[in-house]
Amino acid sequence: MSAIPSGKSSPERPGLEAIAVKGWLRANKWLFLRRLSQLGILALFLLGPWAGIWIVKGNLSSSLTLKTLPLTDPYVLLQSLAAGHFPYRTALIGAAIVAAFYFLVGGRVYCSWVCPVNLISDAAAWARRRLGLKSGHAPDANTRYWLLAGTLIAAGATGSLAWEWVNPVSILHRGLFFGFGLGGFVLLGVFLYDLLLAPRGWCGHVCPMGAFYSLLGRFALLRVSAARRNDCNDCMDCFRVCPEPQVIRPALKQVGQQSPIIDTGNCTLCGRCADVCSKNVFQITHRFNQRSES
Amino acid sequence: MNAETTANQPASKARRRFLNSIAGAAGAGCLMALGVGLYARQASALPSQALRPPGARGEAQFLSACIRCGLCVRDCPYNTLKLATLGSSVATGTPYFEARAIPCEMCDDIPCVKACPTGALDRELSDISKARMGLAVLTDHETCLNFLGLRCDVCYRVCPVIDKAITLEIVHNPRSDRHAMLLPTVHSDYCTGCGKCEKSCVLPVAAIKVYPIKLAKGKLPEHYRKGWEEKAKAGGSLIGDQIKLPVRGLEETAP
Repeated sequence: MSAIPSGKSSPERPGLEAIAVKGWLRANKWLFLRRLSQLGILALFLLGPWAGIWIVKGNLSSSLTLKTLPLTDPYVLLQSLAAGHFPYRTALIGAAIVAAFYFLVGGRVYCSWVCPVNLISDAAAWARRRLGLKSGHAPDANTRYWLLAGTLIAAGATGSLAWEWVNPVSILHRGLFFGFGLGGFVLLGVFLYDLLLAPRGWCGHVCPMGAFYSLLGRFALLRVSAARRNDCNDCMDCFRVCPEPQVIRPALKQVGQQSPIIDTGNCTLCGRCADVCSKNVFQITHRFNQRSES
Repeated sequence: MNAETTANQPASKARRRFLNSIAGAAGAGCLMALGVGLYARQASALPSQALRPPGARGEAQFLSACIRCGLCVRDCPYNTLKLATLGSSVATGTPYFEARAIPCEMCDDIPCVKACPTGALDRELSDISKARMGLAVLTDHETCLNFLGLRCDVCYRVCPVIDKAITLEIVHNPRSDRHAMLLPTVHSDYCTGCGKCEKSCVLPVAAIKVYPIKLAKGKLPEHYRKGWEEKAKAGGSLIGDQIKLPVRGLEETAP
C-alpha cells in the first residue's frame, strides 16, 4: 500500500494504512468478530426453521433457548407495559436477564454485535464512503430520544405496540424466520435513507431501540479508550468509520475531559476505530481503566 | 436604541442553535411516533377471516400484550398459526390462522398457550373446549347442500364438539312437501371456532365460515327476557296460568 503516504488516508477507504502497518487480519479484527457474532446469532435462530435443530425458538423480541432460558427484549416489553398490559413472569424474567446483561456490558453492544439491521446500515455506510456520496444531512442525534418517548406514548395512546408495526429491527429478524411481506420495503427504506439522505442516519439518529440501549448502557463496564492518544496522527480514519463520530473527540482530543475513556452510552463498542487506527490509539477496555500511555 | 437591539438579539447563538436542534428533533420524533400511532390505530381491526389462537385475549388487550415473538407459532404441531407480515391486514407480527387453510386441531395440552411468554394467550384456558377463537356461521343458505335438501352433513360430522356446537335441525322441506331438511345449526355456547367445519365444507367456497365472535354474534337488548327460560328458571309461569277469556260477539249466531 505504498500509494498511501504515511499520515494521510483516502476518505473512500479508511483503514488502508492500518492494513499496511498491522496486516489485514489485525486491521479487521473487531469487524470480523462482530460479523461472527451477528451472523452466529442469526444462524442459531435459523437452525430451527431451516435444519430442524431447535436450539433457540422465537425471535429477538422474545425467545426460548434450549427449552429453558427465556430472553425478552426489554424495549419491546416496555412498549407492552406502556400499552397497559402487565406480562407473565416468563417475559419479565427474560427482559430482566437481557437488561442486566446490557446494563453491565454496554447497552449499544446490542446495536453493533447483535442487531441484524447493523448489517444493513454498515453496508449503506460502506457504499456511501466508496461512492464518495456527500448528499443528505442526518437529523439531530437527539431525534431518537424523542422518538423513543414518542413510541412509548403512542403505545399508551393506542393500547398496542404501535412501533412494532414498523420497527425495522423486529421486521428483519422476524422476517427471516416467519416471512417478510412488505417488510422488505421498510428495510430497503432504511438502506436508502442511510445511503442517500442521512449518513449513519437510522442507527445513529432515529432508531428508538438504539436510543433505549444508549440509555441502558450509560454506566456499563466495557468502554473504548483512546489510551495512546498521543500517537494520533490526525488521519481521521476513526471518524470516517465511527457510527457515532461525535463520541470520539472528547476522549481523543481531550475536549472537556482528561480521561481517555469514551464515556457515553452512544458508543456502540463496535471496535472499528481500533481496527482502522494504524497507531493503535484505541483499545476496548473497562470504564475504570484511566491509563493513557504514550 | 442599544438596549432595544440587545433585547431583540438572541441571548447567544449557541443557545439558539441548541433550541433549534431540540425543536427539530422533538418535531421529527413526535411526528414519526404520531404517524405510527395513527397507522396502528387505523389498522387494528381484525379482518373477518383471521382468527386468533386459543386463549387469545380480546383483540384490544391482545394487541397490547403480544410482543410478536412467534413462540406460539413454533409450538403449534399442525402449522396452523402464522405471524402476520407487514402489508397483510392483521397487525404486523401477530399470530393468526385462517380456518379454510389450516384449522385448529384443538390439542388437549394447548401448547401455543403454554409457549406465550407475556400472557397475550391466557393460561387460564386449560380446557380446549372452552376456547373461543371465533364462531362458525352458516353464512350461505343458498348453496349449503343441506339447505338444498341433500344430506351432506360434513360440517356436522367433522365438528369436534358434534351434537353440541353443531346440531342438525329437522325442518319440513316445503319444495318437495314430503321430505325433511336437516339444517346444520351452530350453537355459540359450545362452538370453539376451531374452523374444522369451514375447512371441510365440500363446496368450492365454504358455505359455513368461522368469524371473529365480534363479527359473528348479535346481541339482544339488556332488558329482554325469554319467557320460556324465565319459566324454566322459576319452575312455573310467573304470571299464573293463562286466563280464560270469554269469547264475545258470537252469542247471536248461536241457535
